[in-house]
Amino acid sequence: MTYTAAALLGVAGALVVDLLVLRTRLVTRLVFWASYPIVFVFQLLSNGILTGRRIVRYDPGAVLGPRIAHAPVEDLLFGFAMVLFTLSIWIFLGRLGIQRGPAAGEGSALLRRLRDRRSTD
Amino acid sequence: MRHLAYVLVLAGCLAAALWLEPVLKVNVLRRWRRLLLSLLPVMIVFVLWDLKAIAAGHWTFDPAQTTGIMLPGGLPLDEVLFFAVVPVCAILGFEATRAVLRTPAGDE
Repeated sequence: MTYTAAALLGVAGALVVDLLVLRTRLVTRLVFWASYPIVFVFQLLSNGILTGRRIVRYDPGAVLGPRIAHAPVEDLLFGFAMVLFTLSIWIFLGRLGIQRGPAAGEGSALLRRLRDRRSTD
Repeated sequence: MRHLAYVLVLAGCLAAALWLEPVLKVNVLRRWRRLLLSLLPVMIVFVLWDLKAIAAGHWTFDPAQTTGIMLPGGLPLDEVLFFAVVPVCAILGFEATRAVLRTPAGDE
């Protein structure tokens, strides 16, 4: 199997876990697609260094060829599969009641200040 | 120093994301049991994928730019750390987005 095939399989597997196995349905939620671009920028950056500096090297026969920020396009699929799988498990565990709280942002003076300002505008 | 190239990239990722814990109080590290339980399956699945890919020759690692600590199957320790660091950063980024937007994520 090429890396291309493995990466596509990885994305399919992560989608199956999210939609059918754990049923977290993150790909249907705004919060996932709002956070993914942020994660994606850092992925391009770190992956770009790893591949651009040739810390990790790819077999040209295992990839399609196109590269984005030095990295083979397959890495984008690999990254997507890993992030979706991770977040799906994280949300699933929360749903099971494992440390559901304290919720994100709870106790943040910065967020409270930003919200107070918005509500008085 | 050159041997630390891979590990320094990972340190950079952590530096870019860890500030979210104290500043936005995303409470991800505070929920450390849930975090560790999330990392476990991800690390198992992706280490297995990595071992397969290394065996198939999909990718190789520059010995001069990795720590040199090798695990069975030709897996550099650096790579295992990658599978821990990236998920931590992803969860921090996700929870930060959620804290700002206050939209449901499915575990409320």
